[in-house]
Amino acid sequence: MDHEHPEVTSATDPAAAELALVDRARNGDVAAFGELISKYERRVYRMARQITQNDEDAEDVLQEAFLKAFGHLDSFQGQSKFYTWLTRIAVNESLMKLRKRKSDRTVSLDENIETDEEPIVREIAVWDDNPELRYSQEEIRQILDKAIEGLKPIFRTVFILRDVEELSTEETAEMLGLSIAAVKSRLLRARLQLREKLTRVFKRKGEQILGYAK
Amino acid sequence: MITCKDFLRELNDFLDETTDPVLRAELERHINECPNCWVICDTTKKTIQVYKGMEAQNLPEPVHERLMSMIAKKKPGCCGGGDTH
Ligand SMILES: [Zn+2]
Repeated sequence: MDHEHPEVTSATDPAAAELALVDRARNGDVAAFGELISKYERRVYRMARQITQNDEDAEDVLQEAFLKAFGHLDSFQGQSKFYTWLTRIAVNESLMKLRKRKSDRTVSLDENIETDEEPIVREIAVWDDNPELRYSQEEIRQILDKAIEGLKPIFRTVFILRDVEELSTEETAEMLGLSIAAVKSRLLRARLQLREKLTRVFKRKGEQILGYAK
Repeated sequence: MITCKDFLRELNDFLDETTDPVLRAELERHINECPNCWVICDTTKKTIQVYKGMEAQNLPEPVHERLMSMIAKKKPGCCGGGDTH
């Protein structure tokens, strides 16, 4: 519980338990690595699907990410969380897929967006109370996926890392090779665009849509 | 005096609770007086919440199977899996 028994604390600490799994995997214990896979495969796959918007690419990313992680466990220092480290690998793989698939189009994450431009807000309406209760989990998932799908890669990737995977602004900036300011301005746009799309679905019926004061 | 444009610009930090207390108080005053910004703030907050609350689905079974069999064939630290660079 307290500082008198640090060894007890660390043995029951999930982070320490995870590091023990990583250690076993590093020494060739496939079953230990299998536990790490079971724990994180869903999140890695979801993230890869959301970024690449393609099932086949997402599966490739999933496999590559875990294979690389397994192959490079020696370089995992244990300073960051295992999941953050794994995410970094998966994000890189996802971006590579994105660039490869859309090489004929402009999907560069470094795309120059006018950061001074005012974000756009059109739909202003109060939502139903707990709109998520009016839909099944599956319907909600489809609504959210469809909204994300409509975002440019530069916006959706930042949103996914910050608001779905809950990485910090700094971690996101580092993973994407962007400045903190760029992450922030992209996140704002992504949030507002998603808000706009979801408002069309979740707004209270019969509610007057207010116009935004210029 | 905070305008709606100012509010929108600060919305992220406001939602992430990283604005300094003085600015935060001004922004709070603005949304109490401006229904539009209140709605935008509230629905953006809900947008983030609904995404955060979404659990990742189970993998399609064949996808999981293929992943596990690939890993089972690998030894850690030897070649970095499919990494051929
Ligand atoms: Zn306002």
